[in-house]
Amino acid sequence: MSQSYRLDNVGLINREKKLSFKFNGVSYTGYEGDTLASALIANGVHLVGRSFKYHRPRGFFGAGVDEPYAIVQLYRNGETEPNVKATEQELFEGLEAKSVNCWPSVNFDIGAINNFLKIFLPAGFYYKTFMWPKSFWYKIYEPFIRKAAGLGVASIKHDKERYEHKYEYCDLLIAGSGPSGLASAYAAAKNGARVILAEDKARHGGTLLTSEVNIGNQSGKEWADGIISELKEMPNVIVKNRSQVFGYYDHNMLVMSERISDHLPKTKKFHPKQRLWYIRAKEVLISSGSIERPIVFGNNDTPGVMLSSAAKEYLKVYGVLVGRNPLIFTNNDSGYETAIEFKKNGVNPIVLDTRKDPQSEIVDEAENLGINIKFSYVVVAAQGYKKVKSADIAKISDDKEQLGTVENIKCDCICVSGFWTPTIHLASQSGNKTKFNEDIDAFVPGTSKQNERTLGAANGSYTLDDTLKSSFEAGYELSKKITNNDNKISFPNVVEKKSTTHDKFWCVPLPEGKNYKRFLDFQNDVAVSDVEIALREGYRSIEHVKRYTTLGMATDQGKTSNLNGLQLVSKIENKVVPNVGHTTFRPPYTPVSIGAIVGREVGKHSKPTRKSPMHSWHEKNNAVFVDAGVWLRPRYYKQGNENLFEGSKREAKNVRTNVGVCDVTTLGKIDIKGPDAAEFLNRVYTNAWLKLPVGKARYGVMLREDGIVMDDGTTTRISENHYHMTTTTAQAANVLSHLEYYLQLVWPELNVNVVSTTEQWAGAAIAGPKSRDLLQKLFPNLDVSNEGLPFMGYMEGDLFGAKARIFRISFSGELAYEVNVESDNGNFMWEKIMEVGQEFKIQPYGTEALSTLRIEMGHVAGSELDGRTIPYDNSLEGLLSKKKDFIGKRSLTRKAFIAEDRQKVVGVVPLDKKTSIPEGSHLVKDSNAPLPNPKLGYISASCWSVEYDNPFSLAILKDGKNMIGEKLFVMSPLKNKVIPVEIVSSHYVDPKGERVRS
Amino acid sequence: MLHIKCPYCGMRSQNEFSYGGDATVKRPELNKEVSDQDWDNFVYNRKSPRGKHWELWQHISGCRQWIKVERDTATHEIFNTLKANEEIL
Ligand SMILES: [Zn+2]
Repeated sequence: MSQSYRLDNVGLINREKKLSFKFNGVSYTGYEGDTLASALIANGVHLVGRSFKYHRPRGFFGAGVDEPYAIVQLYRNGETEPNVKATEQELFEGLEAKSVNCWPSVNFDIGAINNFLKIFLPAGFYYKTFMWPKSFWYKIYEPFIRKAAGLGVASIKHDKERYEHKYEYCDLLIAGSGPSGLASAYAAAKNGARVILAEDKARHGGTLLTSEVNIGNQSGKEWADGIISELKEMPNVIVKNRSQVFGYYDHNMLVMSERISDHLPKTKKFHPKQRLWYIRAKEVLISSGSIERPIVFGNNDTPGVMLSSAAKEYLKVYGVLVGRNPLIFTNNDSGYETAIEFKKNGVNPIVLDTRKDPQSEIVDEAENLGINIKFSYVVVAAQGYKKVKSADIAKISDDKEQLGTVENIKCDCICVSGFWTPTIHLASQSGNKTKFNEDIDAFVPGTSKQNERTLGAANGSYTLDDTLKSSFEAGYELSKKITNNDNKISFPNVVEKKSTTHDKFWCVPLPEGKNYKRFLDFQNDVAVSDVEIALREGYRSIEHVKRYTTLGMATDQGKTSNLNGLQLVSKIENKVVPNVGHTTFRPPYTPVSIGAIVGREVGKHSKPTRKSPMHSWHEKNNAVFVDAGVWLRPRYYKQGNENLFEGSKREAKNVRTNVGVCDVTTLGKIDIKGPDAAEFLNRVYTNAWLKLPVGKARYGVMLREDGIVMDDGTTTRISENHYHMTTTTAQAANVLSHLEYYLQLVWPELNVNVVSTTEQWAGAAIAGPKSRDLLQKLFPNLDVSNEGLPFMGYMEGDLFGAKARIFRISFSGELAYEVNVESDNGNFMWEKIMEVGQEFKIQPYGTEALSTLRIEMGHVAGSELDGRTIPYDNSLEGLLSKKKDFIGKRSLTRKAFIAEDRQKVVGVVPLDKKTSIPEGSHLVKDSNAPLPNPKLGYISASCWSVEYDNPFSLAILKDGKNMIGEKLFVMSPLKNKVIPVEIVSSHYVDPKGERVRS
Repeated sequence: MLHIKCPYCGMRSQNEFSYGGDATVKRPELNKEVSDQDWDNFVYNRKSPRGKHWELWQHISGCRQWIKVERDTATHEIFNTLKANEEIL
């Protein structure tokens, strides 16, 4: 029968809109406004999963965020999501969900055999058993655990949904829209404060939705609705539902996840699925309420055993009965509220109250309604396997140690209330020193570290009148402090039933001869006996007990189990609970999807992509791109079916024989201006800079203070007090920070300014024996002869109307020039070079050919200047000035840096002149030496020399200076290669550097 | 995420800054004899105090100024921020 547990006239669901959904392949119906949990219970479904360790049947325990059991695999719009709480997932048309933790099915679960055979896995089982033999781990234990455990299966498909991040600032962030959240938000908003009010659930109001109270002559819900609609109209207020403030970080930064589309069958176009809010709040009010805690008794994990407050919520919010024959087991007045709601809807509950003779309005009301109440009674054990069928109950002695005769009574659910635990997670995360409140047997926030305050039930205040008063006051006070306004609103009259004290009873003793499992942590299957074992085995600190037993370590983070665990430890250890202390609360309060954390930074958006102004030309001309930091650079320009090796070889060869053009826009460029610029460069670079004339460039190397090479590049004196520095692509940002550091902090007396101009200039390197002829055609009015524009010369020109800077510098080792134009003219420049270059057989070349050219010339680059080498290692010692001081100079006299056999860059050629040498390979003397084979050096860069048509590599080799001519072996365990090689000079081609000066 | 008061730009989020280490380290003057010990102390040796610590941050995604920040390394409380040219008292 469909929805046979649904009441006709109760609840806040929309009965106009029926929704169909599937659970474990079976079709059901529910209503708009249901959760998956309420809809399943309406259909009489109570078996939703299996427990993590013993695979015992699991039902529903709560009605919200505290739910330890009802975790499902969700299917929505062709995607699947694990670890979804049925109590939080709102129902939508076509929803599909499946049980997790069960194999092959929820009704017949192989793992549960453990349970029947009573091979209960005790505390520390995993540590004790899966340690040996080692080989069993991969073959048997791990696959078994993987199959048997888990909270669902993560999708391996790309997530098509969009997730957003948002930054927000406010005066007051209020977490939770129950009575205290509403009252404080209203008071603060009316006083002009900028307020964000966040509610985890779909509906605002918290306990006001389910409690029988009266505020200002309205029902609690009417009052809440009125406040919310007024707040939503106010421009200084952001009201958010489905939004969980899950983390409280430093300096009042809180993070909230907003579920925008999870309750819809499909995300609307242009909408994100979820949004992560980073909120910086001047003040935070925590109104996160409290969570009912269970009383521990035998088989208390049987489906049908649930929190009394959850039963009430299912009834009052969703119009759903969790059973027709309920047993209420309570140690306080809250259980009676649930009993009365049942009674009012034609169901006759039985109440077992652990207290002997409680006197309060609500107990009287229950008695007057004719509800069957048994005082000094407890549930000893639930009976029934997949659903509660009956309960063993007994009278309990006044000292709570002795059980009377055990009787069995029929029931189909057991609603438990063990009093209330304030939700102090956010306060604790903020650094608040929590304290134990004896009156409520729970921790409450104590001294604040940050600007936060906790209100209402989260602060242990369980009467509505107190809660509203203190919250109105807090909202007013804090807003006054921030806004200096003084608009105080009047306080409404509150009518509520008065409660009496609860019974500090939390665990039912075992009856004689019975060994029922009494669970503390329902998600991780931690029973009373497990904690007892842990303590017996010597674990004392609560943090150790937690890790050994996994108590409170499941995805619900022990929301319902922490305090009972502490009670148990304190009882066995004979300590008071505050001395046991609680484990640390850490964010997130509830699980947050990885998608929300990552936001938009996925795939190619995971980092910015920088493209040169010539990018579209490269694309049109079959460039194959490579990531160079965040830049995209052409690696080679593919012709026909060429591969990388063939293409780059062709391009490099063309540079050596004709002329090539390479996009060098990505090189870092820094403008340096000021009367002290020369002096500054002289301190930053290792060589001399004071006498560089205007119109000349110079190559320079800069060190870190520890003597390691930081970067290299050319710097050109554009005019008297103006220099143009280039850096490597990778180090551009670091070099700028480095220069700023010295100018701002170390030598503020130097009158110099630096600014990045990387984006302002597009650069093209023209290289090859025919490059001068090409340049002359590009700038017919300039004298670019060897005399007019010598090596390391600079001039300015006009490139068909575009202002250009021309540098005679070379990275390829060929006769070469670099032309810069303003970025907007980059593409124009490139097209002109290609057009004019046709007659000289110009070809564009990419980074691979560029590497080949520099490697065979022995020019060091990033793979040698890798943050571990000093100038000597790179054969740059000739650039170290002896006459002046510079950054890092003092470090170069360190013992290791001046050692006789110091490493140095060398060339490496395979003896067979055929075998390519993998980069990163090691150099050894004897390829057959026993391991570990002493390593003499490593291959830093490899290429196929186009000059000699054989493989050539650069290596950093110990005592490299004296190794030229030696025969060694290259070993690459990764590629399983051993290659006999000869060590040669790193300057393999044109060792005297004649070409660049020709 | 820390909230750092840049003396030039005001309160800004930590993700606009990059960390620059101990702000009390003084570079030895150029062209002066420096003992091995003094140079090692300048380049390598740093205290790792629990508690108040003057440190450098650069407002890289803002005004690009290097600033001095007094922060508690245990609690992250920030007591004071100074411009590069202001002396730590
Ligand atoms: Zn700034």
